[in-house]
Amino acid sequence: MGEAAAKLPNIVIHEKLCKACSICVDFCPTNVLEIKGSCVAVKNLAACTRCQLCDLRCPDFAIQIFD
Amino acid sequence: MSEPAVKEKKQKLSVPFNYDKYMRPHKLPHIWCPGCGHGIVLKSLLRAVEATGIDKDNICMVSGIGCSSRTPGYVDFNTMHTLHGRAFSFATGIKLAKPEMKVIVISGDGDALAIGGNHFIHTCRRNIDLTAIVYTNSTYGMTGGQYSPTTPIGDIATTSRYGNIEPPFDACEMAKAAGATFVARGTAYHTLELEKTILAALQHKGMSVVDVIDACPTYYGRMNKFKSATHMMEVIEKDGTVNVKQVDKLPPEKVQGKLLRGILHNVERPEYCQQYANIIEKAKGGK
Repeated sequence: MGEAAAKLPNIVIHEKLCKACSICVDFCPTNVLEIKGSCVAVKNLAACTRCQLCDLRCPDFAIQIFD
Repeated sequence: MSEPAVKEKKQKLSVPFNYDKYMRPHKLPHIWCPGCGHGIVLKSLLRAVEATGIDKDNICMVSGIGCSSRTPGYVDFNTMHTLHGRAFSFATGIKLAKPEMKVIVISGDGDALAIGGNHFIHTCRRNIDLTAIVYTNSTYGMTGGQYSPTTPIGDIATTSRYGNIEPPFDACEMAKAAGATFVARGTAYHTLELEKTILAALQHKGMSVVDVIDACPTYYGRMNKFKSATHMMEVIEKDGTVNVKQVDKLPPEKVQGKLLRGILHNVERPEYCQQYANIIEKAKGGK
């Protein structure tokens, strides 16, 4: 695979906004995220497919996926 | 061969929506509890507003009192936080004074259907060009979890410790009966579908009502033995609703007892501001 295919997404998490409701963790189809303490954290970045479901369903404006 | 493959990959790359464009970012984090669906609905609304292309200074957002009614505090439109249940009355005044302005009413189920029930039905009857987003979470979250007009029979609330005995309202049926010309329902779980529904509501000329089912994990959820916000979204929003387009294809037992999602009613009728302008013309040109 070329370089572009191997490029990992940049998951931006705003720690001050996250309330650890775990909606993004539970609805992630590839199990990328986990709850660490009182904030969400990235567990397996390579599995992310950039589907944006975490961004769409985050009630707290706390997570977004950039390239 | 590798070149086109790379290009295709690039097209799929995500570009997240810039919510800050319509928000007052310094107001965040918002007051809603962890797992509350109101934030999800607000995001769908902002994406729909972006899709309409209306300038944000030409939009007025009006709300009453309640958890949902804190929404205008976080958005960078013209905003009004008004009396409990009276958001529709204030919105009617704003629309009549400035008919070119897009007026969005944000209201909870208790605010719109109980305390402001009278204002809600008469605003529907007039068919004035407003877009009402009713956040239905089946409880009064701000005041401690009392049962609301949409709490299902048998459910526990602070004021119904042995089960609610009052049958719930169907907000969509009521809006339709009262005369609203666009009635739709969405859920916080189906965010993209909700975005399209709200977009259609914003583009409709006349009274449009969108009933949005979302979850209150703090009060309604805990008292009714839901494990988490995710569990509530799956049971109430995903499994408890069915898209109106799929109803004919599904067997009757899969539709029974479920709420319908999507655009439920869409008709044309003379709009109030237009009729009012016509009356002014008639009065000026009269004897």
